Amino acid sequence: MDTPTAQPLVLVVEDYQDAREMYAAYLSFSGYRVAEATNGVEAIEKTIELLPDIILMDLALPRMDGWEATRRLKLDERTKHIPIVALTGHALAGYAEGARQAGCDAFVTKPCLPDALVAEIQRMLSAKSESGSARKSARPGRTRN
Amino acid sequence: MHGSVAPVVQVAASEHDARLGLVEFLLASTDLQASARRVIDWLVTQARIRHAVIALAEPSSSQLLIVAEHGVSSTAIVDFVLTRDDEAHPLIKAMHRKEPSYFDGQQTFRSPLEGGFHGVPLRLDDSEPPVGLLLTSAVASEIRSEVIWVATMLARQASRLMSRDALAETRFGQERMLLYSIINAVTDPILLTDTEGKLIIANTHAEKLFAAPEDAGEGWRRAVGLNNMLFSAALSTSAMSESELARRELLLVDPLEGSDLLFELLSSRARDERQGTYVVSVLRNVTDLARAKEEIEESYRTLRVAQAEVRDERHRLELIIDSVADPILVTDQEGDIVLMNEPAERLFNLRADADETTERRINSNGAHLTSFVSNVLTRTGEQRYRGEIQLTDPVSGRALPVEGVAGTILSEQGELMWVVTILHDMTEALEKRRLAAQLEIKVQAATAELAQQNELLRRQHIALEQASALKSQFLANMSHEFRTPLNAILGYTHMLLHGVTGPVSEQQRKSLTRIDSNSQHLLALINDILDITRIEAGRMPLNLSSFEIPELVNEVMSELEPIISRSSLRVTAKMLRTLRPIKSDRQKVKQIVLNLLSNALKFTPAGAVTIAASYDEHRRWVAISVKDTGVGIAGEDQTKVFEDFRQLDASPTRGYGGTGLGLSICRRLAQMLGGTIELRSDVNKGSTFTLRLPVRLRRR
Repeated sequence: MDTPTAQPLVLVVEDYQDAREMYAAYLSFSGYRVAEATNGVEAIEKTIELLPDIILMDLALPRMDGWEATRRLKLDERTKHIPIVALTGHALAGYAEGARQAGCDAFVTKPCLPDALVAEIQRMLSAKSESGSARKSARPGRTRN
Repeated sequence: MHGSVAPVVQVAASEHDARLGLVEFLLASTDLQASARRVIDWLVTQARIRHAVIALAEPSSSQLLIVAEHGVSSTAIVDFVLTRDDEAHPLIKAMHRKEPSYFDGQQTFRSPLEGGFHGVPLRLDDSEPPVGLLLTSAVASEIRSEVIWVATMLARQASRLMSRDALAETRFGQERMLLYSIINAVTDPILLTDTEGKLIIANTHAEKLFAAPEDAGEGWRRAVGLNNMLFSAALSTSAMSESELARRELLLVDPLEGSDLLFELLSSRARDERQGTYVVSVLRNVTDLARAKEEIEESYRTLRVAQAEVRDERHRLELIIDSVADPILVTDQEGDIVLMNEPAERLFNLRADADETTERRINSNGAHLTSFVSNVLTRTGEQRYRGEIQLTDPVSGRALPVEGVAGTILSEQGELMWVVTILHDMTEALEKRRLAAQLEIKVQAATAELAQQNELLRRQHIALEQASALKSQFLANMSHEFRTPLNAILGYTHMLLHGVTGPVSEQQRKSLTRIDSNSQHLLALINDILDITRIEAGRMPLNLSSFEIPELVNEVMSELEPIISRSSLRVTAKMLRTLRPIKSDRQKVKQIVLNLLSNALKFTPAGAVTIAASYDEHRRWVAISVKDTGVGIAGEDQTKVFEDFRQLDASPTRGYGGTGLGLSICRRLAQMLGGTIELRSDVNKGSTFTLRLPVRLRRR
């Protein structure tokens, strides 16, 4: 890529355009690079293509749901290191567990305010950089506005 | 002078005397019959001849006449007819022989003597014709010398005396002898006496009573003397009365046995010109008769008693069978009714005044009965027969189905004597059976209906469960669908407020803040609905852990600190020092306490709010109470506050905020935790909500 200090790339997977663009806008506003996908198949394609630093994955998706996409990504050697934060409107018990079993690293319930979501992503990325110091720093900067 | 067969024998002295006695008698006698009788007697006593007959041939008559006999039945004498000219007759032949003839008993002609006998011709010498024949019983051809001798004696006597007169006399004698034998043949004693009772003629049976042989004992003689006396006395009393036939009882003594003999004495007087008046008496032995009469009387008495008993028995039997309500009949082997009780009479007895219809019904009943009874009569070996008979009530004509049991009564010999039939009216039983069947049908119908209802209920229950599950699912889905747009609303409002899209004016900020708070309220409502849905769907898991109540209370107070600090309320916690950790779902307990405290803060304009925690007496329950000095809740509303979407001030949910679901959720959560929430309140004085929880919650 261009610079080693490049901003972390977040792949936002969400079929609901308003929500997707809202999170994308706020993430960009918060200094992250953002890529978007609208379903599970596209999410896998974009992940393999872009190798994002973290994925924000809605679970209820058309074509391929979030659980299945997560399972496939976590089985792929190229993508299995990428942390996935599950996002769902269902607060019922079992959803969080199902997401965790599919391979999600964190679970966030909608409605989730943009700054709360950004805080969670920040937490995940710093945890990742601490566990694997060999990897490039994922600390986001606000260099780009 | 003797025939060649006559052996010359030396006779004993006593026999010599006997012969001499006979000869003397014969010489003195002019009566040929008496002589003949004497000869017979002599033969019986001296020669031990058992049976003997003397028949004489009258010169003027062709017949041979029996003049004396011994041991020969009067019938045989009467039957004896022998003609002198019948020269072919063996007895005539024997008479004409010189020597005695022996008949061995195999002879085919009729003779006065049965068995073997000798026929000895009576003749003076060979030149003279025979005068008669002597028959003496014998077992062998050898003949005794006495017989030969006596035959000679008799022949001489006969030729001496046989003249016309003598023969006439002989004929008369034969008749007299016949009379004797007839009289003797009569078993009743017969006597001919003079009016004094002096014996003239007596038959042998009378002789037994009234004459003693010379060698009889003293007792015999006395008995005979007594009998003669009694008889004379009886006769003399009968002589007094001039009745022709006197009849009286006479008690005599049996000379041989010494026992009493009772006779009926029949005596009648007869007048004879030659001999004057004499009396003929016949004695009939009625000893046995009297005894028999007594016995008969006794039997008769017994019979009468027995009859009376039978009558009583029968009467009793009739009473018994009459007392039985079921018809009972006794029929004989012919099938005819011999006994029946009153109920049976109603069915089978044709009364004289019965009309035609009744008669027809009774006859029909009788026919049915007969065919029923014939079942036991015809089936051998079966003593009982049970079956149904279709009878008719003779009066009303109503059909009368009866069950009949027929049993046989057998004699000791096993012959069928009677058939006893008992009938039992089955109308009632049939009616009961019919009703029972109806009832059964009704019960079955009711049962089926019940089963149907049950099935319906079961299906309704399933449908309800499905509906409930659908409702829960619907609510869950709905809350999700709500969240998605709400998420966008909240997110964009948030971004606008954070100036992501550029700076906002103060007026814009105020509007955005309103949007945000209403969105937050909507989210709270959605969350509360979701909570209730989860609890009701049983999808709210319990996470048990051990935790300290004071710590939890502090947490709640610090979370509400912004609200507390904004109010002017005095908020304090009073925790019992000895409180120990409880085991429950910490998050849910916290949710309840948070709700109670925020309610208290919300509804208390001024004063104090106190949170206290303590044990109950037995330390099984812990109570966390939140007490305020707020508006209070009226008694009638105290249960309503726990209902869904209930805030007592109906208009201004806006005034106090909150979803109106808080207490409803709290109560549901408390129930999940095995506890309760109680409310005590007075209007304008404040409320106290108390949460009671088990110290240790166990999973069910």
